[in-house]
Amino acid sequence: MFSDFDFDVIQRALPYMGQGMMFSLGLTALAMIGGIVLGTVLALMRLSSIKAISLPASGYVNLLRSTPLILVIFWFYFLVPIAIKHFSGDSYAQGIGPFHSALIAFTLFEAAYYCEIIRAGIQSVPAGQINAAYALGLNYWQATIQVVLPQAFRNMVPILLTQGIILFQDTSLVYVVGLTDFMGAASKVAQRDGRLVEMYLFAALVYFVLCFIASLIVKRLQMRITPPR
Amino acid sequence: MDFGFLSQPAFSGGGTYFDWVITGIKWTMLVSLCAWVIAFTVGSVLGVMRTTKVVWLKGLATVYVELFRNIPLLVHMFIWYFVMPELVPKSLGLWMKQGMPMPEFWSAVFALGFYTASRVAEQVRSGIESIPRGQTHAALATGLTMPQVYRYLLLPMGYRIVVPPLTSEFLTIFKNSSVALTIGVLELTAQARTISEYTFRTFEIFTLATVVYVVITLAVVVIMQFVETKIRVPGYIGTGR
Repeated sequence: MFSDFDFDVIQRALPYMGQGMMFSLGLTALAMIGGIVLGTVLALMRLSSIKAISLPASGYVNLLRSTPLILVIFWFYFLVPIAIKHFSGDSYAQGIGPFHSALIAFTLFEAAYYCEIIRAGIQSVPAGQINAAYALGLNYWQATIQVVLPQAFRNMVPILLTQGIILFQDTSLVYVVGLTDFMGAASKVAQRDGRLVEMYLFAALVYFVLCFIASLIVKRLQMRITPPR
Repeated sequence: MDFGFLSQPAFSGGGTYFDWVITGIKWTMLVSLCAWVIAFTVGSVLGVMRTTKVVWLKGLATVYVELFRNIPLLVHMFIWYFVMPELVPKSLGLWMKQGMPMPEFWSAVFALGFYTASRVAEQVRSGIESIPRGQTHAALATGLTMPQVYRYLLLPMGYRIVVPPLTSEFLTIFKNSSVALTIGVLELTAQARTISEYTFRTFEIFTLATVVYVVITLAVVVIMQFVETKIRVPGYIGTGR
């Protein structure tokens, strides 16, 4: 079955696929940072006792979590240019380019998932810690930023990284709007050279190796940082 | 927002745009439910395999799970649709390309089903492993064989414990079914995009599609909450008393 397997086509495509991989990794890293920051804000909002703050956050999270990522990507490709024209007041305003549209879509989408992870992490911090912080005279922000979040994040690091691996796999979906991420590069070469078998199996192999190694590292990290109980 | 365009005759294929939306919902449901049958069956077998003491069964299941969940679903779709017909024997490959009815649909079902199976397997395994070992020992001591222990103790208890995570996998399968549009299945998201290209009613049609997905999610959540209360194990945390 591999008798007419053409390894040469993979080798020739390597520089192009490398660029695609940089796109995928860049998108993953930026969306992860943005998603964690926004997710933390959403988690704090959801945990607020003020209904006017917690309800919009839970509405946002539940809405995005019940919508497929592809539909969200389509939504933002449609909405972002309109929003730019609206806010800049210039009806001829240029778009912000496909990379930034994808980045906004992934950040806002992943924030919903990060929010739930971070919320669980915050809730796992013993209530006594917060009470002690208040007893020391810290206000809400001081207690949250200096006492609760550091402990919460310490417990969450492995899950946040695992979600990052899922995000890396999800970035392959930018294919639907024609961007050249790693998978996009693979499929463009595959169709240009008529070498679908080689390119798609190679793409699968690369994704597998990267994600598998990353998940092993996360597993080791998890064993190392689990605080003694 | 004006949804009047839905009753207009569609650009091609007869019927109205509303009919397109209904067709989309039908394919989303079909792909998801068929894939869930595969995911649940294969996932259960794999999950059980990972808990056995037989080394090669355990190893085989572990390799499957690691292989399938570390490759993006999109790549699975492409491999089932484009690569599979080339890898199987010639005559079968030819039939898959020319004779097989609805090749996109079945590729999507297999890709989504076998991909989700790896995630279901992990849930089933964690359910079985969460049952205290003393119960297995007690069951063996009363004279049950190992298959009987699985049949009467580990599986009935394990499944009931993992209903919540299985529910979220079931929800994920509906959302993931949208990836099938990349190989040409005209499910809900694909129909929404096509309709937006023909009518420029992007805002309305995307809103409609989003609402349908939210309704599917809510329906699954309500049904599963009912199932959960029906089969809950008394005496566990979170099941109330």
